[in-house]
Amino acid sequence: MLQVSVYRYNPEQDAEPSMQTFEVDTGGKDVMVLDVLEEIKARQDASVTYRRSCREGVCGSDGLNMNGKNGLACITPLSETVKNNRLVIRPLPGLPVIRDLVVDMSMFYAQYEKVQPYLQNATPAPAIERLQSPEDRAKLDGLYECILCACCSTSCPSFWWNPDRFIGPAGLLQSYRFLADSRDTATEERLSRLDDPFSVFRCHGIQNCVNVCPKGLNPTRAIGHIRSMLLKRAA
Amino acid sequence: MVTAVTSLSRSGLSDWLVQRVTAVILLAFFVFVGVQIASGVSYAEWTALFAQTWMKIFTLLAILSLAAHAWIGMWGVFTDYLTERLMGSRGNVLRIGLQLLTSLSLVIYVIWGIQIVWA
Repeated sequence: MLQVSVYRYNPEQDAEPSMQTFEVDTGGKDVMVLDVLEEIKARQDASVTYRRSCREGVCGSDGLNMNGKNGLACITPLSETVKNNRLVIRPLPGLPVIRDLVVDMSMFYAQYEKVQPYLQNATPAPAIERLQSPEDRAKLDGLYECILCACCSTSCPSFWWNPDRFIGPAGLLQSYRFLADSRDTATEERLSRLDDPFSVFRCHGIQNCVNVCPKGLNPTRAIGHIRSMLLKRAA
Repeated sequence: MVTAVTSLSRSGLSDWLVQRVTAVILLAFFVFVGVQIASGVSYAEWTALFAQTWMKIFTLLAILSLAAHAWIGMWGVFTDYLTERLMGSRGNVLRIGLQLLTSLSLVIYVIWGIQIVWA
C-alpha cells in the first residue's frame, strides 16, 4: 500500500493547514500521481480538492508539489517521484492556498499580463497574413510551448519573495517569445519596461525553473537572451 | 517600472553589469594574492610588492569592486527577505536601516583601505 500524505486546508473550517495520510492500493501499477488523487477522491474522501482537466499534460491545471518537486500530477508517474513507498502532495509553493491543493494564481497571472503577451505590430495589416521565414519561426521553438502551469515560477525563490515585482520565469519566457518574434514591432517598448532592478534582474540564474518545467523548456536561457538584448540596447 | 532608491545605480541592467565586472576583478585580485601567498612571501617582498604603483591601483580597484559588489549583493538580500510584503512596515524600517548601515560601512572600508594602501 502506497502511503500518500496530502495537504489539507479548508479556510472556512480549519484554523491551520494539516497533512492527511491515505493508503492507496495501486495494484503494483506505475500509475500517475493524478490517478492516485482521483482514487482517493473517488473511494476515500470526496472532499479532497485539486484542479485537473485534460489529464495528459496539455492544460496545465494540475501543477502540484510532489515529494518536494513541482510538476504536473497527470504526467508524473509514481516511479519518478515516490521514495520509500511515500508520496507527499502539497500545493504549489509561494501562492495563497484557496483550499487543499488549489492555489490562487492571481499574482502569477498579473505578472504574465505585465509582459503584454500578444503580438504588437504598428505597420498596416497585410491582406492575408503576416509572413515569417522558417528561420524566424524556428526562433520561437522552446518558447511558445509554455502552458502556464506555474510550476517554474512557484519553484523560484526570487518569485516567492517578490511575486509582485519580479515577473518570474513563466512571464519572462513569454516576454522573450514576443521579443524574439520577427512580426512584433514593440521590441523597444517591451525592453524599456524590463530595465528596473526587479522585473528581470531578480533572476540569479539558479535554474530551479529549468529543473521542474514539465514541457522541458528553459526559462533561464530566455532570461539570458533578454539580458543580452537589454545590454545591446544600452551599450 | 519598479525603481528602488537604495540600489546602487537604480537600473537593473547597470547593477547587473557592475556585479559581473566587479566579480571578475575580485577573482583576478584574489587569485593573484593567493598565488603570491602560496609561493611564500617575506615581509620585505610583501612591502616591496605593495610599494609599486600598479599594485596599489590593482588593490584600490579590488577595494572599490568589493564595495560595489557588496552594495548590490546586500541590497538584493535585503529586498528579498526584509520587505513590507513579508514583515509589514517593520520590514521597510529594518531594510532601509540595514541598507544605510551597509552603505556607511562600505564607505568607511573604502576610505580606510585607501589610507592603508596609499599611505
